[in-house]
Amino acid sequence: MSTQTGLKARLVAMGAPTLSILIFLGLWLAVSLGNRTVLPVFNPVLLPTPMEVVQSGIDAVRSGDLQRDILASLSRVFQGFILAAIAGVFMGVAVGTWRPLERLVEPMIEILRPIPPLAFLPMMVLWFGIGEMSKIAFITYAAFFPIFTTTLEGIKYVDPLLIRAASSLGASRADMFRHVVLPAALPAIITGLRLGFGLSFFVIVAAEFIAADSGLGYLINDARTFFMVSQMLMGAAVIGIIGFTFNVALRALEARLLRWRSVARA
Amino acid sequence: MDIASTADPVAATGDRLTKISIQGVGKVFGDNIALAKVDLDLAENSFTCLLGPSGCGKSTLLNMIAGFAKPSSGQILVDGKPVTGPGADRGVVFQEYALFPWRTALENVAFGPMLKRRGRAEQREIAMHHLAKVGLAGHEHKYPGNLSGGMKQRVAIARALANDPTVLLMDEPFGALDAQTREVLQEEMLRIWEQDRKTVVFVTHSISEAIFLADRIVVMGTRPGSVKEIVDPDLPHPRERTEREFIALERHLKHLVRAEVQKLGVI
Ligand SMILES: Nc1ncnc2c1ncn2[C@@H]1O[C@H](COP(=O)(O)OP(=O)(O)OP(=O)(O)O)[C@@H](O)[C@H]1O
Ligand SMILES: [Mg+2]
Repeated sequence: MSTQTGLKARLVAMGAPTLSILIFLGLWLAVSLGNRTVLPVFNPVLLPTPMEVVQSGIDAVRSGDLQRDILASLSRVFQGFILAAIAGVFMGVAVGTWRPLERLVEPMIEILRPIPPLAFLPMMVLWFGIGEMSKIAFITYAAFFPIFTTTLEGIKYVDPLLIRAASSLGASRADMFRHVVLPAALPAIITGLRLGFGLSFFVIVAAEFIAADSGLGYLINDARTFFMVSQMLMGAAVIGIIGFTFNVALRALEARLLRWRSVARA
Repeated sequence: MDIASTADPVAATGDRLTKISIQGVGKVFGDNIALAKVDLDLAENSFTCLLGPSGCGKSTLLNMIAGFAKPSSGQILVDGKPVTGPGADRGVVFQEYALFPWRTALENVAFGPMLKRRGRAEQREIAMHHLAKVGLAGHEHKYPGNLSGGMKQRVAIARALANDPTVLLMDEPFGALDAQTREVLQEEMLRIWEQDRKTVVFVTHSISEAIFLADRIVVMGTRPGSVKEIVDPDLPHPRERTEREFIALERHLKHLVRAEVQKLGVI
């Protein structure tokens, strides 16, 4: 009985997003085909059909290019993201727990933060060359900010009542950090990591436009050079699918780590 | 300056030892005098209620005993030693529960024993014992987000008790609970106090709660916050809210508190 209603609820829950995607694909197909047959408005080369995009994906897998490019981008994203995660969490915690450091670091961060990371990409290429280094450094730089700032907020705004409760139970400073501040800040830290990961993905394409001979950004840029519109769209779609998949996985991980929160909501 | 002359913990309050000695304690926030010169000795294992209208400095006084705030003047001694900060000898129960939301009921209660580096099995055993004592056996593995207000406050009381403090400080612990839950918890609080014998300081707005629980009621006045009258209800437990003496005392205290509220002008 309950599994049946559960299944039904799940189907309903999945129905809406599926419908939304189908409508999107339908509109795309209608515009593309309509332009070719009934009402020519623009050059048909400019908007391939969804099927042609899928076909170009299949071709790219056959030649092995797509796998190579996905791997190249993911490897850069992971390396850059991990460096950013270490630096961001570590500095966020340090700055959040030590006041003098906060006064020193905060203004620097506030000056750098509004500058779009892309503005530094040419500099990074200049400093680190056109190899892997410059792309990883660029991702690290971009992903650092959300991770750092959310970690810092999480550490700074721990409920003072919990601090009081722990101190009246005899917590030392070290206990307080380990058993109150860190767990209280964990949701914020995880949110920061998720944002940082999203941003890593966001900026890698741009980095690969500029200087790369592999990666999904390269794939798109290469397609542009040869005016292969299907392949350009295919590259974008692959990025979307990978980003979506990782976001779902990270949210699942978050729900597991912060079970006490989801349990409370149920 | 006069520490030496008054610091003697053996100085008797009635015929019992003084556990908490509040000596000329005042507290100012900017130019607001929250508390003016309070002198009060609380006997070991006594149950004291601080009663008074909003803003008379009840929480301020309790927080200073807990060590969360420092007196602007005077000093507070616990066991003859000045309070310099929070400590495991003084357990605190807050109106807002202050449970760690990422810890289960059991893990919350085991917090104190964990800090004392007790073994896992022992932590668990202590926590289970105290959860059972507050009537929460079977709810060990729930997170605070899944507990009702009354249950949360039971966990908070168990958490304070599991640390085995000699003083228990409670700031309107039942203030957020409905009337029925509140009365049940008052009865359980008395039972626990009779078993464990702690020195309890209990802040409340409720006159009947104070009479039901306390062996000493400190009525506080406003503008500035101060002790107005001390009443020691000498009624046998369990106290019946419908008894003649209970009602008479209730009426007396109501007059006292109302006079203080009227002093404030606005209600
Ligand atoms: N941290 C603070 N900063 C400034 N003023 C404060 C602070 N804490 C308390 N006060 C002031 O001190 C006075 C006493 O406050 P306190 O919280 O002790 O009252 P209370 O008797 O506990 O009141 P209630 O019954 O509403 O809890 C009030 O005038 C309040 O505004
Ligand atoms: Mg108060």
